[in-house]
Amino acid sequence: MYNYTILIPMIPLVMFLVTGLLGMKWKPIISGLLGTTGLGISWVLSLMTAITYFFGGHHAEAFPTIIPFETLWLTFSETLQIKMGVLLDPISVMMLVVVTTISFMVHIYSLGYMHGEKGFQRFYAFLSLFTFSMLGLVIATNIFQMYIFWELVGVSSFLLIGFYYQKPSAVAASKKAFIVTRFADLGFLIGILILSFITKTFDFGILTNPDGAVFANAAGLSFMGVSAMTWAMVLVFMGGAGKSAMFPLHIWLPDAMEGPTPVSALIHAATMVVAGVYLVARLFVVYHFQAPDALEVVAYIGGFTSLFAAVIAITQYDIKRVLAFSTLSQLGYMMLALGVSGYGGEEGLGYMASVFHLFTHAMFKALLFLGAGSIIHAVHSNYMYDMGGLRKYLPITHITFLIACLTIAGVPPLSGFFSKDEILVAALEHNKLLFAVEFLVAGLTAFYMFRLYFNIFWGKDRHYHHTPHESPLTMTIPLMFLAFASVFSGFLPFHSLVTADKMHFDTHLHLGVAVPSVLIGLLGIALAWLLYKKESKTPENIARKLGVLYTATYNKFYFDEIYLFITRKIIFNYISRPIAWFDRHIVDGFMVGIGTVTEKVSYRIKGMQSGQLQHYAFMFVAGALILALVLVYYM
Amino acid sequence: MIEGIPIQHFLIVSTLMFFIGVAGFIMRRNLITILMAIELILNSVNINFVIFNRYLYPDQLQGHFFAILVVGIAAAEASVAIALIINIYRKLKNIDVENVNELRY
Amino acid sequence: MSFNVVMFYVFSAIILLFSLLTITSRRILRAAVYLLFVLIATAGVYFLLEYQFMAAVQLTLYAGGIVVLIIFSILLTHHISHLFEKPELTKLLMGTGVAVVGSFLTIYTILTYPFPEIVTTTPLPATMENIGAQLLGVEKNGYALPFELISILLLAAMIGAIVIAKKDKSKNSEI
Repeated sequence: MYNYTILIPMIPLVMFLVTGLLGMKWKPIISGLLGTTGLGISWVLSLMTAITYFFGGHHAEAFPTIIPFETLWLTFSETLQIKMGVLLDPISVMMLVVVTTISFMVHIYSLGYMHGEKGFQRFYAFLSLFTFSMLGLVIATNIFQMYIFWELVGVSSFLLIGFYYQKPSAVAASKKAFIVTRFADLGFLIGILILSFITKTFDFGILTNPDGAVFANAAGLSFMGVSAMTWAMVLVFMGGAGKSAMFPLHIWLPDAMEGPTPVSALIHAATMVVAGVYLVARLFVVYHFQAPDALEVVAYIGGFTSLFAAVIAITQYDIKRVLAFSTLSQLGYMMLALGVSGYGGEEGLGYMASVFHLFTHAMFKALLFLGAGSIIHAVHSNYMYDMGGLRKYLPITHITFLIACLTIAGVPPLSGFFSKDEILVAALEHNKLLFAVEFLVAGLTAFYMFRLYFNIFWGKDRHYHHTPHESPLTMTIPLMFLAFASVFSGFLPFHSLVTADKMHFDTHLHLGVAVPSVLIGLLGIALAWLLYKKESKTPENIARKLGVLYTATYNKFYFDEIYLFITRKIIFNYISRPIAWFDRHIVDGFMVGIGTVTEKVSYRIKGMQSGQLQHYAFMFVAGALILALVLVYYM
Repeated sequence: MIEGIPIQHFLIVSTLMFFIGVAGFIMRRNLITILMAIELILNSVNINFVIFNRYLYPDQLQGHFFAILVVGIAAAEASVAIALIINIYRKLKNIDVENVNELRY
Repeated sequence: MSFNVVMFYVFSAIILLFSLLTITSRRILRAAVYLLFVLIATAGVYFLLEYQFMAAVQLTLYAGGIVVLIIFSILLTHHISHLFEKPELTKLLMGTGVAVVGSFLTIYTILTYPFPEIVTTTPLPATMENIGAQLLGVEKNGYALPFELISILLLAAMIGAIVIAKKDKSKNSEI
């Protein structure tokens, strides 16, 4: 019934190969149209899958887990085998929709945004590669397949961040992103190894069985006073934290904004960065039953990241960076919601809220980034002090951007309100401290988003090189579609679709939480309106009063510098240098020594090759005689 | 076989002839003399073939034929060697083996 | 002591004496003539062994062909009166050393090896019928394949000799 789902990732793969290998021979636009068409087909197939899966007329009980396609790829032993396949359950079907929708929108948008760029077909080839990898990750039937596609996603992210490879900053950013996530993936891999050592399997189907039979071996194992399962799950979360840019591995995401804006929208806002959330959600049963301590870690790291990033976002001037930090903050929300979730029925509210927020966030954050792209396209600058009064020139961008800002600020009845409200309810039920943090962050979010909005669209006109004009239709149609999705996706009945135990449960508006959170959001908006609606000196004065605190925040609390210090000064000097010395002098020295000795010896004995025939003959006969002597008389 | 002469006597003669040839090959510097030394060596080997055939396996003619084939090969070898010697003489104006050392280190 | 035995020792003496003279003579034409004597004496040994065909081949091919070839090349490359200098001492030592050691080793082995005294099989006389039948035979004890190989080798050697020895026109050698 779902056999066609294998096509969903395969079409982008074929498009990648076709546009990547043959694209140079065509007009650029053909590659673009081809990629977009292919992804359109994938999108339609995903929607079909989602509709038949969710609304296919059944389900008083749990949603089934379906594996329409699976093939054996590697065999280590009888029990330990790596398979490749397609797994359909509520969360993966939902992710299919998210990924293909955003990717399709970005494909359309890029037709306009990237028009005339050098490497247009390369861009589309990489987009297809990314989409393929992300879809493969989402539908992975086992943790190892997920890991493989996890790395592929990392590679395509690297390629796309470094798309403008002539710009040194882009190259540096792509390397940074790759190295940081790769470092995190090391933890992920070790986690996988521990997990598979304990359970002898990679299959999600077996791992996430709530009875936990496969973890029977884990009971006595511990390391440094912490149980092996906690270690494994914390290490797996480290991989997720790297991809989702959780503190303290968040440093790559702001720099990743060097990539083209559609890429930021697709990879660094909507899809790849939620892979970490998806990973934790995918293994949620394991976390909840086997390693509740690790789940606590997830919750606190999520909460801290959301606060930390929101504070930084207030001070940034690069509009894409503001959005990047906002993404960090929202990802923190999702992680926190997972961390405070329980299992089964109303207990699983956090899980549902996290996935719900993942969905709505993908829509409105992609919208924000694409809107920012449209603005940058018009103004040719990333900085908000080059902007102002743009609402007259970019009407469609203005409206859609405003919708997105209202959504993220949690104004009812837009989708952000519902998902954020449920996260707050889940946090309140579980942990008062985290609830307080998130409540504060909700206000901060509204404030910095509207700071951005007022700075761009209001204020007074700047001196522009040429009059900014609205973007072409290819760019505004995705904006309008995503705005539509942002407004209405809040009404999707997620509580009966994607839940921890795949069962339906009832939710209701928690007025005690909803009203204050809307109020603090409105307060943030009002504050931003006061400070930034008109050009004024007040923000600068406040910044000056805050002094060091402001500078530290503006410089992202110097985390980049700390990392640089640790890597350059400590790791390079005290670890890498001795290893390099060892490599150069001992390992290389041994090899060079063999070569040198051979050379010297042959130089010495080359005189034997004298060219004198009679010497050769003498040697030959003497040798033959000795051999004869030995063979005849001593053997 | 010859009545009254043991096989060892033949073999001693051919052995001495062989090593005289080897000594000549190593000592003399003229290429033609060296060629003659080679002929001596081949000849002694021929005698051996024939003797073993005659004394040990007289019901067959294998050694005999081998000797004939060696004579043929010696003829071929001599013709090529002499062609080479003449060519060397053209190049070097003498045929001393010390001077033919292009293929050294 | 029969005539045959006497003749064998005479031939052996000729062989050894003229072999030595061949490699020690300082006049090359004489060396060639001494080689001729060695080869003729060898042919005599073959006659004593009743291998007449082998002896005839030895006389015609070796004594008649190869020695003449060698003499031709000597005449092409030397003056008749050319006298070689004495061999260097190191080479003399090398050559004689190897020869003496090798001779002793081999002769010792020959003398100590137990050769069978009496061979009982009936001899196959080396008549022309037998030789011809076997040399061109293709069944057991037939030597047609080596015969053909030798003929091809001789052809190749002939062509090779011509190619090697002919004058290089492109380079205008002096001779």
